[in-house]
Amino acid sequence: MAHEHKLSIFRGLVTFQNNIQKIWGVLIFLSIVTTLEVALGIIKPSILTDYYLFGIKRINWIFIILTIVKAYYIAWDFMHLRDEKASLRRTIVWTPFFLVSYLVFLLLIEATYIYEVFKNSFLAWNF
Amino acid sequence: MEHSNSVTATGDSWNGGGDQPLRASYGKMMMWFFIVSDALTFSAFIAAYGFSRYKFIETWPIADEVFTHVPFFHGNYPMYYVAFMTFVLIMSSVTMVLAVDAGHKMKQSKVVFYMFLTIIGGLIFVGSQAWEWATFIRGDFGALETKGGRILQFVDSSAGERMAISSFAVDIPTERANHTRQSGIWFTEGESMTSFSLAEVKAGFEANDNILIRTEQINEEGEKTILSREESLGRLTQAVRVVEGANLIRNEYGSRLFADFFFFITGFHGFHVFSGVVINIIIFFNVLMGTYEKRGHYEMVEKVGLYWHFVDLVWVFVFTFFYLV
Repeated sequence: MAHEHKLSIFRGLVTFQNNIQKIWGVLIFLSIVTTLEVALGIIKPSILTDYYLFGIKRINWIFIILTIVKAYYIAWDFMHLRDEKASLRRTIVWTPFFLVSYLVFLLLIEATYIYEVFKNSFLAWNF
Repeated sequence: MEHSNSVTATGDSWNGGGDQPLRASYGKMMMWFFIVSDALTFSAFIAAYGFSRYKFIETWPIADEVFTHVPFFHGNYPMYYVAFMTFVLIMSSVTMVLAVDAGHKMKQSKVVFYMFLTIIGGLIFVGSQAWEWATFIRGDFGALETKGGRILQFVDSSAGERMAISSFAVDIPTERANHTRQSGIWFTEGESMTSFSLAEVKAGFEANDNILIRTEQINEEGEKTILSREESLGRLTQAVRVVEGANLIRNEYGSRLFADFFFFITGFHGFHVFSGVVINIIIFFNVLMGTYEKRGHYEMVEKVGLYWHFVDLVWVFVFTFFYLV
């Protein structure tokens, strides 16, 4: 029984000899990303913390994007989604993606509204 | 069969063994069903965390100031230990995927070795989390809580550093007794006693001119607001109790919801890791006994591996939204 693995990552930029080599390669990549995140979290460069993009600090956008990048490589290479049929992969990824985006969008808007109420209306909540 | 997973159609499974929707075997498909639904559960928790945080965006605790400890080291090391935990979990994911790979090649002893390393990694992670909880519950500097439930922390104005209440509270000899169930109505009891009474902390504060109060409010620079000495003395009168450490009701680090979500989300995740370790141990012994050699394939290791990677995946998100953002 053949066990083919797709051995290219970064859209074919890096191709590994075998699956084991690919696993270590992905580990190195994930470690670099985590180190970068922790370094940014400790240094907190003001160019990233002082400016907002769509209501969220730039540094937090970087964290969120790097997290999704890490999640992608864990799912694609460790959970072998790269080797599954595209239809299975899409079912697994897009279903939660849409549901979660919807939920987060609604909850954050609602929370911002409640924050405004606490802040601006005649409501004593810190007595 | 040309596909990559290694199920053998034996003809005695639920559908006769022939059909494989989306070319995934029954067991793997069910594991994916579980993972997707569990992912939605975790997402809901993290979204709820986001909701509460946005609601109290100006007073939310700053995670770097809460998780600053590393075992066996004194001092202020924000995030290093969580980064270590993240690395341990990613590493155990790697050994798991190596076990799956060895399983594909039917190398029993290698599967045993890598499964063993995975279990060790999982145990280190769960242990670290227990330590993290214990440190969080024990608390750091101590604080006062006002009638409205706000937290007042203390800062040394000359050094600009946080001050522990134990470093300035005076000792007022009084008879302090904890209200226990034996001493009154049987269904009520007092909260456990703090190491200093409110009066002792207040007297210590008034005696030292260099102490200022730090409120929960986050200022424009993204730091907690520090009051002047006069404002501090005024604010002190609103205090109603001493808070040390964190639990589900009181939290010396700031918003109580922060502690509640911390216990709930990392606890739920830790429970997943714990279950993962238990399942890994079961499969580890199955591999040792040669169950999958007899069966002719190691798909069970692959399915457990999927669960284990999922736990790692969730931690990546918890790490970002609890510790980084």
